[in-house]
Amino acid sequence: MKALLEAARRGDRRALARLVSLLENEPGRVVDLFGKGVEWTSPGLTLAVTGPPGVGKSTFVSALLGRLREKNPSGRIAVLAVDPTSPYSGGAVLGDRVRMMEHSLDEGVFIRSFANRGRLGGLAPGIRAVLRLLGLTGWDLALLETVGVGQSEVEAASVADLVAVLLAPGQGDGVQMLKAGLLETADLFVVHKADRPGADRMAAEIRAALDMAEPGEGGRPPVLLVSSVEGRGVDAFLAALEARRKDLAERIRRRREGAREEDARLALLHEAGARLEKVLEGKREILRALLSGGMSLEAAVEELLRAAWGEETDKGGKP
Amino acid sequence: MTRKKRILVGKAGLDGHDRGARYVAHILRDAGYEVIYTGIRRTPEQIVEAALQEDVDALGLSLLSGAHMVLFKKVLDLLAERGASDILVFGGGTIPPGDVEALKKMGVKAVFTPGTPAAEILAELERLLGEKERR
Repeated sequence: MKALLEAARRGDRRALARLVSLLENEPGRVVDLFGKGVEWTSPGLTLAVTGPPGVGKSTFVSALLGRLREKNPSGRIAVLAVDPTSPYSGGAVLGDRVRMMEHSLDEGVFIRSFANRGRLGGLAPGIRAVLRLLGLTGWDLALLETVGVGQSEVEAASVADLVAVLLAPGQGDGVQMLKAGLLETADLFVVHKADRPGADRMAAEIRAALDMAEPGEGGRPPVLLVSSVEGRGVDAFLAALEARRKDLAERIRRRREGAREEDARLALLHEAGARLEKVLEGKREILRALLSGGMSLEAAVEELLRAAWGEETDKGGKP
Repeated sequence: MTRKKRILVGKAGLDGHDRGARYVAHILRDAGYEVIYTGIRRTPEQIVEAALQEDVDALGLSLLSGAHMVLFKKVLDLLAERGASDILVFGGGTIPPGDVEALKKMGVKAVFTPGTPAAEILAELERLLGEKERR
């Protein structure tokens, strides 16, 4: 892992990709990235891009990539794009890259697709760990594209510094948007596909809904009209993003502080859970006893923990 | 935890017919693979770079343009250049039987021409990926 990390730091994108796979499969390993005295870093800024399916998240991300790379060629940008896993086969077709292929040869851009592997909430397992890796390897901006979310999946807000919610004309009315969750999560609203009819009305509806709600920290979120295909509104979005970053600096700092502890907690629980699962596989009799009523839940837990503990001391006892 | 196998499916060169590629992407998904689909009319460079960033186990190219000898060679060369020859390369499309043999000699591990049953594609890929894992 150390050798891969060194290579990734030197800009070796295959080494970085290998580490991402490792963390995707075993998120708990994130702890191994950080030795004594190494700070749990994050990318310079993590922006989540979320919204319903088909609203144009990948196209929007691609438009941002193009403009940002043009404005600041030294700023390195990583894209983490999440698509759903099929609940039937466990497989997935990850197609977000299709809209970003023009950036695939850009040395300052790293794009990685994730399958959510059945997780609700819009993200994939290991995303938190991968963001740490991106921080450690010096990425300035991480764009986190979630799966198409509905009304209550707000996980992105717990890992990103800022959240942009995309909506497009013709998809749901004002009442839909008032439903809790997504509305409160947004730091910026984008009415995407603004070249289509109804965009202005939709922006007005969102503003009206926001006016009814209690303004959160940093004031009312801006509502921006963007057409990625026409390249319209992208600069205005970036300016608004910068302003929000300043207005919400204190919240971003707090969120990051909390995330550090949460990451360590999740890594620990994940690793412990994986280990208990393995122990249980060799101790199916506990499961059988639980099923037959021969053991209470409490007693089964005790037995499992004892078995895990025994295995540990066995390992320690060997020469 | 068992690692999910990842496979890139793409099309290179000036050929916009992607029914075959999409079909293969879907049967692979239904067999439990994570498939990264890169769309039509990509350069070999773009496809190889995407394969590296996505850390795939295999890379499948669909070609119906007749340029398969050139494009597969280019992809294999680029992978070798990047030290990524461990990525399994397979192909599909309208490829004459004589060329299939030549491609296999070049290092393309399997070629599935139109009409190949889905079960056959899956069995062959599973065998090749298993073989790769044991190496």
